[in-house]
Formats: sequence, structure tokens, C-alpha cells
Amino acid sequence: MSILGTRVVRTEDPLFLTRGAVYTDDLTDERLTGALHATFVRSDVAHGTVTSVDASAAREAPGVVAVYTAEDLGDLQPVPPPLPFLDAGFSRPWLVPVGGRVHFVGDLVAVVLTEERYQGEDAAEQVVVDIDPLPAVVTTKAAATDEVVLFPEVGTNKVAAFGEPAPEDFFADCEVVVRREIVNQRVAAAPLETRAASAAWGEDGRVTIWCTNQGAQQAKGQIAGWLGLDPALVHLITPDVGGGFGAKIGADQEYAFVAWLAQQVGRPVRWSESRSENMTGMLQGRAQDQVVTIGGSRDGKVTAYSLEVTQDCGAYPRIGTVLPTLTMLMAAAVYDIPKVHAQATCYATNGTSIGAYRGAGRPEATAAVERAMDLFAAEIGMDPAEVRRINFIPTFTEPVQTASGATYDSGDYEAALDRVLEAAGYAELRAEQARRRERGDVRQLGIGVSAYVEITGADSGHGTSENAELEVHPDGTATVLTGTSPHGQGHATTWAMLASEQLGIPVEKITVLHGDTDRIPDGGGTMGSRSLQQGGAAVHQAAVELVEVARKRAAELLEANPDDLEVDLANAGLSVKGTPGVGVTWAQLAADEQLIVQTTFTANAPTFPFGAHVAVVMTDVESGKAVVTRLVTVDDAGTIINPLLAEGQRHGGIAQGVGQALLEEILYDEDGNPQTSTFADYPFVSATELPSFELVEMATPTPMNPLGAKGIGEAGTIGSTPAVQSAVVDSVAHLGVRHVDMPATSMRVWRAIREAQNSGAQKGSTN
Amino acid sequence: MIPSPFEYVRVSTVDEAVAALAEHGEDAKILAGGHSLLPIMKLRLAVPSVLIDISGVPELSYVRVEGDEVAIGATTRHHELEKSEVAQAEVPLLPHVASRVGDPQVRHKGTLGGTVAHCDPASDLPTALLALGATVVVQGPSGRRSIPITEFFLGFFETAMEEGELVVELRVPRTGSAGWAYEKFTRRENDWPIVAAAAVHLPDGSTGVALANMGGVVLRASAVEAALAEGKSIEEAAELATEGTSPSSDMHADAEYRSHLARLLTRRALKVAAGETEASTAESTAA
Repeated sequence: MSILGTRVVRTEDPLFLTRGAVYTDDLTDERLTGALHATFVRSDVAHGTVTSVDASAAREAPGVVAVYTAEDLGDLQPVPPPLPFLDAGFSRPWLVPVGGRVHFVGDLVAVVLTEERYQGEDAAEQVVVDIDPLPAVVTTKAAATDEVVLFPEVGTNKVAAFGEPAPEDFFADCEVVVRREIVNQRVAAAPLETRAASAAWGEDGRVTIWCTNQGAQQAKGQIAGWLGLDPALVHLITPDVGGGFGAKIGADQEYAFVAWLAQQVGRPVRWSESRSENMTGMLQGRAQDQVVTIGGSRDGKVTAYSLEVTQDCGAYPRIGTVLPTLTMLMAAAVYDIPKVHAQATCYATNGTSIGAYRGAGRPEATAAVERAMDLFAAEIGMDPAEVRRINFIPTFTEPVQTASGATYDSGDYEAALDRVLEAAGYAELRAEQARRRERGDVRQLGIGVSAYVEITGADSGHGTSENAELEVHPDGTATVLTGTSPHGQGHATTWAMLASEQLGIPVEKITVLHGDTDRIPDGGGTMGSRSLQQGGAAVHQAAVELVEVARKRAAELLEANPDDLEVDLANAGLSVKGTPGVGVTWAQLAADEQLIVQTTFTANAPTFPFGAHVAVVMTDVESGKAVVTRLVTVDDAGTIINPLLAEGQRHGGIAQGVGQALLEEILYDEDGNPQTSTFADYPFVSATELPSFELVEMATPTPMNPLGAKGIGEAGTIGSTPAVQSAVVDSVAHLGVRHVDMPATSMRVWRAIREAQNSGAQKGSTN
Repeated sequence: MIPSPFEYVRVSTVDEAVAALAEHGEDAKILAGGHSLLPIMKLRLAVPSVLIDISGVPELSYVRVEGDEVAIGATTRHHELEKSEVAQAEVPLLPHVASRVGDPQVRHKGTLGGTVAHCDPASDLPTALLALGATVVVQGPSGRRSIPITEFFLGFFETAMEEGELVVELRVPRTGSAGWAYEKFTRRENDWPIVAAAAVHLPDGSTGVALANMGGVVLRASAVEAALAEGKSIEEAAELATEGTSPSSDMHADAEYRSHLARLLTRRALKVAAGETEASTAESTAA
């Protein structure tokens, strides 16, 4: 029986759960002996002109070795925006100079190097920074007016625009048209491990950088580029990583800064940020204002749909600028809508820069279209599940081109919905809801249904390729080198399973290595749910190729025809067909000559996992508080290699999606001051807010890779957010509520009920 | 997230603590559980130059009956209060409220005296103590004195304690099997309350009602209590919950919503205390 599809327990967990993994801040590498600690002095003003920076007192503080301000940067050039089409005026200085502008709370003004870390915080307080405040641009609406322009040399806050406005008659032939502004709020990635980096220069003129990230090779390239270093001189190592969620894709400027500082002072330098620093300094996600317009006929057929996105890019535009193009690509999602329009406009604001966050552009598309479907269903008085059924793209096994320009690989959206509705007991839930409404209960039941499709394994800078190296050693163990970059996903287990399946070497004898640019110069990292379908497929391919290499060698050794040899899984080697146990083992072959394969796997195309979620909430209509009582989900990611790990990805994704629907939001006051920079204020979701998840199985293999696997890392988030939001709205729909923005806090729900009833009362009095 | 430099003094008796406070003056702070003080020190919102650690003072940790009252030592941990059989039998409101504070780590470290001395308007246990009409016993250079809790909480993080004094004991009436309730409204189970209401039937026949997070300090809902004493219905009395309050508007709730919650939670707490309805805990909400 194949090991694939079995619930192999994560091999990395004994370490993670006992004495702990080695994160960047835990490193005790001898090259870091005597390292100094960097402490950044950050702007506490969102927008303003720096009038003075006085580091004289800090330079005299205990333990201080050096303080750097913008005057001390030599020929270090500002970091250009990461996308070639962006105006160079959006470049970010390493330290904002006197006369220059700070653009968000957290912008860098100075950096202190101390012998001990605690001395850094004391000394940083003594760097006196005067900033003449300018009006802050906190919303995209304010940014769009250009009344305050963040970067005068650019001349406008508009960063980019994609698509064209819809023709005026776009909805002309629709019987029913509903339009609604929707907020897809700014959220924090908030990985448990905050950002950290260390750097040490060797006598050979090379620098070793350890930093927490989602792809060492990309991070290395960026750092070398920003510092003007020959990439060959940079050795980047990714230690264990405690979560990323997209915000650790690539390098941050602080990482490169640590390397530069180490060179300047001639000593290794370490940096690890505090939670509050992380909550303003690390890339954040979502931050879209959307307008959806949906039109169709009263029999439930949707014929036209428009999505207009306004993207908040934050202070220095980064990857978040292009994520709306994924939103546009996936605008119509699982629906066969004849006319689909999508456009996006992106603005700079005085907030933290926006980057990828679990789903990165696709959840925003699903959230918008699922809200639109519900609004349409409410308008025509049809069950929301039925409206979806009427409009689904029919089942397909050959790739299908959508109106938005995506090519979906395989899908059966109606089956996913059917399964989840059946598992949830949809009819009985509706009956229970009717009884509660009839009785006028304080606690009302809400049911939210979502259907989704997303794109995984899209080109995120590395094509659709990933490489793998597989070596069997003379002691019978094996090593896998991968260009993916696990930060919680469990690649050490799954990649070992994929090799084991071909070779018969037990999983515990296979070591998986990643994140070392000297050993693995090329790799695409882990992002966009690409790892298994590309990196895992590469490991599979490497194992298949290794078998072929070994077969030729074994044939010589055994004086047999290669075609007569077969893999002897039970004995981890090769034997003549029909005579297991009397051939040659991998270990023997490796002892004679190095047994190693390097390979690159290229997927045919991205894949499109899909699913359907049902969320059930109980809302206290007197207080407005909604509690999630059930989450039933179908998340079809094609062939599942390890159900235990796939379920873990679903669990985390679903939970994170609930967090956005109900709790999480990064807030600024009108001056651009962050209001949510500690975990006391920023409420990520926890187990106490979640029911046990009811996971329903469904697996539609993809033709795009030999494993049949699609991505699973982000799907749960994409499905659960709109399902929970819809459930909250549904729980109070009988009171006249049609929409509640996320996060659907109790105050928002309470106010929505009150406003609906007030407007209902007014209507009643005028009729 | 590293505090400013400070000196650390560990004491093993109340007298040593009082002496240390006298020696170091107003720059000294008492450290007990540290779950309020240390976070604000890490954020450098508080910068005491000396910490006097009383967490190892054995004479301050107890829950016992003394006459008509239950006496609770200041360093009694929330978890100890929660599990105390004496407290459960004699004043069940308190162990229940202790069980709703923060998370297990907070409950195993945080102390009753610490949360009273810290004087945060959103604190659970001070709200319960206020509803109970507790007495705060403090000790300083001139000895012990008792302060009615209604006169103890003066303002935002400001108490009636004089310089050099520390909380040593809380005394509450033995309510026994009389009705009580604590309605705590949070975003997440482990969070501070957005608003909370405590109600308890007291041995003198009155009903004590107090509110968390409806002003700069925890507040006694005096108008509600008076209305109940006059024989008004629970619904009528609860409508008066916002009298004398000054709720703030922040990212969690604005003043209007807080006022709504104060009335709603007061009504619910009174009904539960009167045995008319079940408590609306998170579990029953989810059922």
C-alpha cells in the first residue's frame, strides 16, 4: 500500500513541541559570537517633515557602540519600489534624513547598535527626533483627492490603475440591479515569530545572513540588489520560521540593513523586533474598498457583474499594488456570468505597506462576489444557495476559460455545494431558523453559504517551476533539498513521504533541507499555495529519476536487463522482478558511487482549488454579538498526499478567515496613529471563538502535475470569511439588515439592526 | 518591549514591604502577579525605579471566614480564589468572576490585591467587589486602616491609598446562597470586558450592582440600586444603569453602544440573580 494518502504524523513536531525549533533569534552560531544588537528608532508620526535628529545623548548611553542617522549612510541608495512599473519617487530611504518626510508610524529614522539588547531600547529613547507634522492621508478616499500628496516628486497618490470603467449600458438589460460598497479591511499577518535577522561577514569577504522569511533565494537577491553586492558574496540562511502568511515573502529593508551595519562596524549584528514594532513595521494585508454591482433576472440568473476595487497600498507601495489584478482575474469566481467587469485603482496612504496575506487578492474577489450573490438573492427573494446553483459554471474536466481571463483546470462547484449543504443539514437549519424567527428569540440563527475557486501555484516570480535534489547515502538514509520554504506547513514530512513512496526508504530516514542559498541556489519559496504542486512534484520527479539512475547501475551490478528490475520497496532497493529481497539496496549502490539526482519540475499551469463552506452563527440580537457555532467545509485541493497535514492547513485557514469576518482590523486615528499595535488591541481569533470544524472530503485531481495536487494553504481562509460574514447578516436579515461590513463586530451588528428598524419604521409611517 | 532599568526588592513580610516602600518613596511600585504592571512597564508607560515584590509573602495568601465576612489576603491568586471552597460556599460571585479573568496564565499569576490596587476601570474582580460592598484593608507606616470600596477607587488608575501604603486584605459580606450574576461582554472570551455588570443580593436585603468600563473607574450603579429598593421592576431599574456613568468611545465600542450594553447587561444580571433566567455565558450562547 502506498504511503501517499496516509496520515503520517509530522516528523518535525517532536522538536517543535518539546525543546523548540531554532528561530532566527535563538541562533547560537559561532559566527554570531560577540554580535551587536540593532534597535531601530522609528517615526511616531504618520506624515511629517523631519526637522532634526539629535543622537548625541544616545551615543553616550551605556553599551552604545554606534548610532546611525541618515547622515551616516554613505552612498547607500534608497530602495526602489519592487515593481518595475512603479514611479521611482516611491523609493524608501534607509533612514529618513532631516528635511525628508516620514510616511508612516514605523518609518526608520535612526538605528542604534549596542552590546546588549536591553541597552538598545534605553539608548533609542535618547535619540531626539523632531518632526513637523503634515496632514495624514489615512483612507483611500482622502488619497484619491490628492489634496495632500505623500510623494511630491511623484505628484499624485495614485500608484497604479488596472482595467477600464464599465460601459454605461453594462446593466441595461438587467431586470434587477443591486449595488453596494463593501470594505475588505486592512488586517495584520501577525505571525507568532516576529521579524528577525542576523548577519556576519567572513574573512573571505562573504556575508552570511540569517533571517525569517518564506523564500531564501528571493530574499538573497533582493538584499544583494539593495546593497549593491555581488550575489555570490551573499549566503542567506532561513532557520526555522514561525509563520509568515505572506508577510515574510522576500526580504524587508531591515534585514539588509543588519548586513550593512555588520559590515560598517566589523562585527556581527542581530535584530529581532518587538510585537508592537511588528504590528506597524511588517507588511499588512487586504485593505480594499470595493464596489460591487450585480444584475440579472428575477428567476435568479445573473447576467452582469462589476467589481471596482480601490486598493490601499500603504506608505511605500510594494507587492500589494498588484494583488488587485488577482482579485480582478478571479472576480467572477465559480460563476458563469456572461458579462464581467473588473477594475482597480491603487493609492498610497500613510499606513503600513500592504503585501500578500493568506490568499492575497483572491479572498477579496470571493468576498465581493459572495456578498453580491447574497444581495442579489435577498433582492429577488430567493434562497442564496439556490441562486448560486443557478449560476455555477457547469462541471468540467477539461480546462475552461473564464470571462475574466483565467483558465480553470478542473471543477465541480455544484457537487461541492451539494456536499456541504447535505453535511450541514441545510434544510433543517433553515427550519430551525424559521422557528426562532417565529418565536422572536433573543438568539437568532444565521446561515452563511459560500462557494469559491482560487488560483494556486501562479507565477510568483519563479514561474511554475521548482527544483529538488535527492541523494541516497551509503548508510541507507536520504537527503532532500528543496527550493520551497516551509514555515509551519510540514514539508519535512510530506516531501519525505513523496521520496519514500518511490524508494521504500522509511520517512524517518529521509532528511529534508531548505533555505540555504549556498546549498540550494535556486528556489521559489513557499507562497501562493505552490509548494506541494511544484516543490512536492519536483521531489516526486527526483525520486522517479533516481530510480532510473539506480536501475542502470543495478543492472550492471546484477548482470541483469534493466527492464527486468523493479523497485523493491520492502527492502529499499532494486531486485529482479518476482524475487524481492535478493537484489541490491540503495545503500549498496550509494556506497559504490554517489547516488544523487537534481531535477526541475515545471507545472503545466496554475491550479484552481475550489470548495463551499457553510457557517452557522447564533446572534444575540439585543447586544449584536454573533458566535460561530458550526463551520462545515468542502475544500477540494485535488489529490491529498497527507490528510493530517491538509486538514491542518484547512483548520488554520478557516480560523484565520473567521478572524477577518468577525474580529480583526488594523485601525488608525485621523492623524494616522495606529490604534491596534498590541495583542491587547488587535484581536486575532483564538480557539475560544471557534467551534470544531466539520470537514467534508472531496478530491478532484488536477491534470497540471503528476501528483494531481492543488494548493491547500489559503483555501480555508477564502471560503470561511464570506460564509461567516453572510451568516451574521443572515441571522438578522429578518430584521431588515442586508449587509454588515467586516469585521462584523457586535456594535456594527447592533447598529445595523437599529438602523434597519428605524428605516423600516419610517417606511411604515409614510406608507 | 524591555522595561526601563529598575531595582528589584523581594520581601517576605508585610512589615518589610512597608519599610521598603518608606525607603524608596513614590518611585517604588508593589509587584505581585505582575500581569497589569509588567505589560505597561514593557511598553514604558510606567517607569518605576524600584519594584517591591510581595508575591512571596506567605501571610497575604488566604481565604477564610471571619465573623460575618470572608477575608481574602491580597496576594491570593485569581485561580486560588476560583478554586477556594470557602469562597464558593460563602461568596460564590467572587470565584465565578475570578474564573472569567483573562486566561489561565493570568489567573495563575494575577492577585486580588493587585487588581484592586491597579484600579483599571475594565477590571472584573474590582467590579464584583464593588457590587459586594467590600472593604479594602491597607497597611502603611502608620499601621492598618480599612477603606470602604465605594471610597477606594477615585479615578483612572487612582485609589484612596496614601503614599507608603499597600493593599493587604479584602473583606466581603457572606452572601451564601443568595442570588448573584456577572454579565461580562467581550469580543473574545479572554479579553477585557467592553462592559460588564455584577449584581448580588446582599445580607441586608439590598441588591448591589456595579459596572465595569463605564467611566474612569469601576462604578456602583446607585440609581439602579435605589430604584430596586423602592420596589421598581428589574426592567425599570435597569434603564437607569447609565446614570452617573461617563463611558468612553474607543475602537471597541462608542459611548452610545456602551450605554446600551450597560442597560442590557444590568437587566440580564438582575434577572439571573433573581433566578428568572440563566446566565448568558459564552457556552449558553453557543448552545
